[in-house]
Amino acid sequence: MSTVLLLLGAGLARGAVFALFALALVLIWRATRIANFAQGAMAVTAAYVAYLVLIGTGSFPLAVVVVLLAGAGIGVGVERGLMRYLPTASPLNAIIVAIGVVMVLTGLLGILFGADYKPISVPFSREPITVGSLAIVSPYTLFVFVVIAVVVAGIGLLFTRTSLGLAMRASAFDEEVARLNGVRVVRMRTLGWMLSSAVGGLAVLLAVPTELGLNPHSGDLLFVNAFTVAIIGGLDSPVGAVVAGLGVGVLLTIVTTLWGATVGPIAILLLLVLVLLLRPQGLFSLRKARLA
Amino acid sequence: MTQPHARATTVSAIALALAGALVLSSCSTPGAAEQPGLTDTSVKIGTHQPLTGPAAASYAPISAATAAYFDYVNDQGGINGRTIDYIVKDDGYNPATTQTVVRELVLDDDVFAILGGLGTPTHSSVLDFLNDNDVPDLFASSGSAAWNQPEKYPNTFGFQTDYVTEGMVLGQHISDEFGGKTVCLLGQDDEFGTDVQSGLEKILGADGLAEVQTYSVSNQDVSAQIVAMQAAGCEVNVLATITGFTALAIGTAAQLSYFPQWVSSSSGADYGPLAGYLGDAAPLLLEGFISDNYLPDASESDNKWIELFQDINDKYNKGAPFNGSVVYGMAMGYLFAEALLHAGKQPTRESLITAVQSGELKGSGLVPLAFSKTDHNGYVGAGITVVHDGVQASTGERWVRDGDKVVAYDKPPVELLSGGVPSN
Amino acid sequence: MTGTRDVSTASAAPAPVRPRRPHWLLTPSSWTPLQRWGVTALGLVLALGATFLLDPYRNYLLAVGTAYLCAIAGLSLLVGRTGQLSLGHAAFMAAGAYAFAFTSNALADESVPSLVHLYAPFLVAIVVAAALGAVVGIAGARLHGPYLAGLTLALVLALPALTSLMSDVFGGDAGLYVSVERRPEWLSQLIADEQWQAWVGLGAAALVLGVLAQLVRSPYAIRMQAVRDDESAARLSGIDPRATRVTMFGISAATAGLGGGVLAYVTQAASPGAYSLSFSLFLLVAVVIGGVGTLAGAVWGAVVLVLVPELTSSITEALPLPAELSQRLDGNLAIVVFGVILVVVMLVAPRGINGAVGSLVGRLRRRRP
Repeated sequence: MSTVLLLLGAGLARGAVFALFALALVLIWRATRIANFAQGAMAVTAAYVAYLVLIGTGSFPLAVVVVLLAGAGIGVGVERGLMRYLPTASPLNAIIVAIGVVMVLTGLLGILFGADYKPISVPFSREPITVGSLAIVSPYTLFVFVVIAVVVAGIGLLFTRTSLGLAMRASAFDEEVARLNGVRVVRMRTLGWMLSSAVGGLAVLLAVPTELGLNPHSGDLLFVNAFTVAIIGGLDSPVGAVVAGLGVGVLLTIVTTLWGATVGPIAILLLLVLVLLLRPQGLFSLRKARLA
Repeated sequence: MTQPHARATTVSAIALALAGALVLSSCSTPGAAEQPGLTDTSVKIGTHQPLTGPAAASYAPISAATAAYFDYVNDQGGINGRTIDYIVKDDGYNPATTQTVVRELVLDDDVFAILGGLGTPTHSSVLDFLNDNDVPDLFASSGSAAWNQPEKYPNTFGFQTDYVTEGMVLGQHISDEFGGKTVCLLGQDDEFGTDVQSGLEKILGADGLAEVQTYSVSNQDVSAQIVAMQAAGCEVNVLATITGFTALAIGTAAQLSYFPQWVSSSSGADYGPLAGYLGDAAPLLLEGFISDNYLPDASESDNKWIELFQDINDKYNKGAPFNGSVVYGMAMGYLFAEALLHAGKQPTRESLITAVQSGELKGSGLVPLAFSKTDHNGYVGAGITVVHDGVQASTGERWVRDGDKVVAYDKPPVELLSGGVPSN
Repeated sequence: MTGTRDVSTASAAPAPVRPRRPHWLLTPSSWTPLQRWGVTALGLVLALGATFLLDPYRNYLLAVGTAYLCAIAGLSLLVGRTGQLSLGHAAFMAAGAYAFAFTSNALADESVPSLVHLYAPFLVAIVVAAALGAVVGIAGARLHGPYLAGLTLALVLALPALTSLMSDVFGGDAGLYVSVERRPEWLSQLIADEQWQAWVGLGAAALVLGVLAQLVRSPYAIRMQAVRDDESAARLSGIDPRATRVTMFGISAATAGLGGGVLAYVTQAASPGAYSLSFSLFLLVAVVIGGVGTLAGAVWGAVVLVLVPELTSSITEALPLPAELSQRLDGNLAIVVFGVILVVVMLVAPRGINGAVGSLVGRLRRRRP
């Protein structure tokens, strides 16, 4: 029983970060129908900006604010600077340009900061929360849960309760109709990029303290795991992203404990194949979106 | 529209052929020199190292330290009047790139020998090429058993103590000091992990490890493994981990209030970088941390070798952080200088190999080197080090391997002579 | 990607006014299958001869480049003709490399004729990679855009995990040593090992380019295009979109497998680290830079892929930079340059180098009186 509790705690902590990052992917998909393959690199870049602020001021809350701002800024930059000028002939173009962005950003980060891991320490006590004699989660993990809950709730409210959210959904659903109804479609698209990229940056910043440290490649594996999570949940379902994120986190933890860490990426691949074969629209999506 | 495109295909092809021929043929075929890379005043050697990519963080300082040591030797007049020209090529820890850069070193740069090619997967991929081309392949940098195959690879030699022996030394120490405790292992999911495991099991018995967990370098979340070890009641945890993951394991466990005895292989036990990862809590978390080492520890400032290396590091390496990687790189350089000295006044690739096999190389380690005609292993044992008050120092306890067991070694370590530049 | 259409629908486009009919050699679109094979063979002979101009190291680079070319050509047609984006083509190269390794090692232990030992592993590499490609193709046939890209991405990332999980079979991170059939005795006096490797690579590349050149001029090419452009319309005209996609995916995986086989032959190794995600992305970059969907573009792409890292590393070596900075620049600069070229090409010249050369030639011709 105690082992199960421990694994559940570790799994949920890992899954929460997947969920947040997958949410960022979902946001951009809903706003622009683009799967942003540069999400990982953009988020890592924002996290490096926050890292500079953190070593300058020593304030983690400030770093959280900065990562949101930097993320939003990078999102605007990529959208206004590149994505807007894409030839729209094929949806593949957006993916290819995004891969170009990944290469430029990781290469530049490597040149500027080097390949070594930049540890980020957080000002939370390392004392765990105990149940009986066992440590379940550290206070930092609890903090991550709270932040993610706030973000998810905020996004949920934005899309369901505000006219801005409605406008964003409308412009993603049908640009022409939205435009005819007075929605400023271009601005909505930019807003989508800002929001998504800020959330992605936050996910990386929250993940780094539990890992070795910040590195130009910190986003690679996170991106693939989160992308899988987003597809499992349904690319246009925020709720799906969160639930699937937590689920995949727990699943990966169990797989790792039982069969070793090596099996992780294979489990992810099998899960992805399974979902794509059996329910390609994702577990939480209502529409048939991905069939050609 | 049709015409220009159809034409373009042909024009492209012709332009390509021309461009290719121009670019490629501008570099002429090298003449067959008597001894590649060797002149009366210099000798050119090369290496492949991960200077970029995820592995660069831990390993890039090694070749910088070797280069600094050679600068020092060259300023003292070199070896037998020859300066050492040391070319470092980046392979990003990718075997495909290793193959390209090593061919560039051998075929294009005409190096005399390859020194300290780093990494098991990377260096394994060039063993055949180097041996087919009769290039001395000295002191490959990893604890793989693959370097010790004198019949198949007569030109290849190891450097550091192999992982199996490290496992045996750690196992012996554990069975002496922590008899009756529950011993577990967290290992990398490759040869490093499995070799240390087999070494431990040689000493502790096939059922000596209560729990074996693995991690994969690509996944930096080890909480599941730590939780499993905690749940299995592990009291002494052996780590066959690279430095970052040693820190990650200890840090993750501490966050769960889990404080077992940590015992680490030398590859991931360097105090300086570990403290860097762990931050302010490092002195507390690393107190009593046990590991093995075949070279003197960087923090033993009263050791003569360390004193010299520290000095060279300040003068020739721009005072880079002085840690185990720097000691490793300089010890590597020293051993090559020794080999070159013993290869004679007019060295050949053959005489270099003969010199290494002669058994006359002493190195700068705590234990002897194994080199002979039939044994291409480097160091053959290790000492035990413990962290106390932020200083990682040798306890004096040393072991060398003898078949399937290890025996205590009590001869004094190699003395530093003639200012660290080997001479007759 | 618009450029690809011009070439392949050449027969349907209105014929431009031409003063004089040029020599048949200059109009590839009108070649008969036999003529195309003839030109391929001619090109191969010229390329084999050109290897005498190169020193061993450059011949080695050429051999590696031909391996890339096999994979790039197949990927280029996949992306350009059926609109399927694979980010995991390195995985198919790896499948080919490992299949080559197993076969070649097994044959080395048997006493088989040396020609069998030379060719059979390549054949197995093609078959195994094609089979894996068909499996992934079936799983991905209903998917488009990001979903297929995501699936292939997960595939290439699972590769090192698979090899280390079954390290008894695949040799873990260190991979497998490949015992290969070397150049024939009578040739060893004449040419160096590296030159022979370049010959083998050129032979494989000629085979791939020859077969694919036949494919893009065949009726099948029009089907692929129909599937890419409008699936419903294609279905109405009796084309099975899934079968078409799976076939093309299998073909492109097969050429990647042959490329992997060549790489295994040349480097005498098959290891997971050689077929990483970043290598996979480099293949895509080469496809786009050369010109998506065209074979000449694939050749350009392979050249760029081999030369850019060489150039950036000689630039960083030549610049008087502090050691630490030049270390950071060394590998990263090539990545940045690739990324910038990729983005610029997509935004400015989506038809790649091949398209740019095409319009340049076209402009020059028009200017002439």
